[in-house]
Amino acid sequence: MKGVSAARVIAAPEDHLPEALLRLQRRNFLLSGVAASALVASAGAAAQTTSATLVPPWTRSLGAPVVTTGYGMPSKHEANVQRRQSPGLTPQPQASISFTPLQNLFGIITPSGVHFERHHSGMPEVDPQQHRLMIHGLVKRPLMLTMDDVMRFPSVSRIHFIECGANGGMEWANVAVPTVQYTHGMIACSEFTGVLLSTLLDEAGFDRAKGKFVLAEGADGSALTRTIPMEFALADVMVVYGQNGEMLRPENGYPLRLLVPGVQGVSSVKWLRRLEVGDKPWNTREESLHYIDLLPDGMHRQYSGVQEVKSVITMPSGGQRLVGKGYYEITGLAWSGRGQVKRVDVSVDGGRNWQTARLQEPVLTKALSRFRLDWNWDGAPALLQSRAVDETGHVQPNIHQLRAVRGVRSIYHNNAVQTWRVQPDGEVWNVQVA
Amino acid sequence: MSRSLSALCAVVLLAVMLPVEAQQVPRYGLGRAPTPQEIAAWDIDVRPDGHGLKAGKGTVAQGQKIYDAQCASCHGTFGESNRYMPIAGGVRKDDLATGRASMLLQSDGLRTLGTKLNYATTLWDYIFRAMPWANPQSLSVDETYAVTAYVLHLNEIVPADYELNEKTLLSVQMPNRNGFTTAHGLARVQGKPDVQGTLCMKDCVKEVKVASELPEFARNQNGNLAQQKRPLGPMRGIDTARYEAGKDGKPGPAVAAAAAPAAVEAKADPKVMLTRNACMACHGMTNKIVGPGFNEIASKYQGRADAHAYLLQKIKEGGQGVWGAAPMPPQPALKDSDASEIARWIVGGAK
Repeated sequence: MKGVSAARVIAAPEDHLPEALLRLQRRNFLLSGVAASALVASAGAAAQTTSATLVPPWTRSLGAPVVTTGYGMPSKHEANVQRRQSPGLTPQPQASISFTPLQNLFGIITPSGVHFERHHSGMPEVDPQQHRLMIHGLVKRPLMLTMDDVMRFPSVSRIHFIECGANGGMEWANVAVPTVQYTHGMIACSEFTGVLLSTLLDEAGFDRAKGKFVLAEGADGSALTRTIPMEFALADVMVVYGQNGEMLRPENGYPLRLLVPGVQGVSSVKWLRRLEVGDKPWNTREESLHYIDLLPDGMHRQYSGVQEVKSVITMPSGGQRLVGKGYYEITGLAWSGRGQVKRVDVSVDGGRNWQTARLQEPVLTKALSRFRLDWNWDGAPALLQSRAVDETGHVQPNIHQLRAVRGVRSIYHNNAVQTWRVQPDGEVWNVQVA
Repeated sequence: MSRSLSALCAVVLLAVMLPVEAQQVPRYGLGRAPTPQEIAAWDIDVRPDGHGLKAGKGTVAQGQKIYDAQCASCHGTFGESNRYMPIAGGVRKDDLATGRASMLLQSDGLRTLGTKLNYATTLWDYIFRAMPWANPQSLSVDETYAVTAYVLHLNEIVPADYELNEKTLLSVQMPNRNGFTTAHGLARVQGKPDVQGTLCMKDCVKEVKVASELPEFARNQNGNLAQQKRPLGPMRGIDTARYEAGKDGKPGPAVAAAAAPAAVEAKADPKVMLTRNACMACHGMTNKIVGPGFNEIASKYQGRADAHAYLLQKIKEGGQGVWGAAPMPPQPALKDSDASEIARWIVGGAK
């Protein structure tokens, strides 16, 4: 495509008008003010031939029929928008992570096809007809539910984010990866539809006195288990089958998953097959060998669930190049596992001075929120940062404030302010400031 | 209030409440009760207090046999492999008494199963539910006790002649059993944050210096960033191919992996099958990892008349001694058709 290189945009109209039109424009310019009557006939003929070539082929032909693809896919020009693994992070693609391409997304809803993935023993192909959800333990009426049963219960639809507890985990000690896809891409936000867990627990008649915890278990090869404290379980946890208007994608738990809003993603157990009510936490592998936060004194924080207030600028962000000086909209995402985002401030000088950004409605609880700020780039070096505040008054910390308390070995729950350096050549790179 | 009026009130109240009460137990009437067999088949979780523990037993010696055959290929003969989290190592003599792995006090301290885990029941639970990785829930209760005993022995937590059973398992004292805390805000709905940012708007810091950035040699490590951003709008992805240090100008394998997102689809492509079935955990295309590279296998059996049948059997049933001491575990979960396709692909040169 002429005029569109990886790093340069040429202003219209030269960008998109074919050479024939430019010739015609030049010719008309030359003709103006001249006694043109003698030339009318030939000019008319030229206009006729060029008008055929000036109009793009998709305007001069019949397009494809409906249902060319029964399930539509993005334009072929969007092929760069992909989930990706970060090389060297995991030795096996079945026990691995793929990252959401946040640098390419708008608004607050993550398209289901690029929702980040985390599998522990690969993605199972679950037959929904054979899938069952068992609810037992400290309940009066243990239940075995088919998908038909689950989908008959009264349902709710809510927009929530899911963020892996290890999102940002590679950058506790130093900068490690180039783009926002890898620094923050273990997050996604969807409209989920399903049944409130409290509805199902009530149906099973759970023991309100002794039932303090719920164990959730997946039907995959890892039969992944996590303990959900009852105060979370009864607050807003959902048993989910719908995502963004359709059924869950296989990689996100088809046909059934748990959703624990605001809590690290591992608790939102995919391919959910079993819920057991108990009186004590289970201390499962994912609660005692992984998903525990190592502190400087050698202690591990266990059951560290809540994803605290956090934000990141997605445009401009690391690995991008600004196409020239002038106006830019700085935009990004903010969220908190404790409720709504109240405010986002943006700095273009590395945190020295701040301006409050606009928040796009709707601003929802435990969901991604989109913020925006006008910026006129004068070509000078800049250090872009964002800082979110949530409804509890919690202010997003910087990496030094975090390290002072949690050290650099924690892996999980890095909610530090992110810095992007804009260089005079327009390149943007991931940096940490002292 | 008159007596009759209050009696009337009571009747009205009762009438209002009745339907609500009737709705509650059970309210929707959906589903059925699971059978005892169904519960037994799925309810496999084991808690530190012994809840869910199954009766059985296994010795360190029995565990070693199973471990060498089915676990060592990934975790190393002594549990030392750091390809995954090492499952042994780092435990010090005093740790068993203190219940704190002193290794974790060092900034570069070894983080292993031995230095991290607080309860041996969790080890049992995880082996039983999810190991061996490519063949989960294939070990019996007794085999699980045996392998658990052996892993504990590799960590010098139990002696070589130890027998683990449902009673002794509960008495095992792990070296890091006192190394956990739940006294933090992230465990509670109304938890308080331990780190608070600063709400300053003007002249908040005197001097801003860049303390860390991606070195030039690492800027293409995640693939060419020009191909990871939509070529539309106010920004473009930076062409990072210029940072790639490869002599031939071609991106390295890691770069290629990032640039071409895993198109792991269920089609009859042997290379896809190798990835799907975790063969690549132990076999490289052109290099030995634990077992031989596929190119080595292909060249060894080139021209042998029964190569396909032989390799099919080796893939399905495993083996030991042909390529060294590390055994190849059997692959019962691998579909016969997939195994046959992989064998055919190797016979054809593994390209």
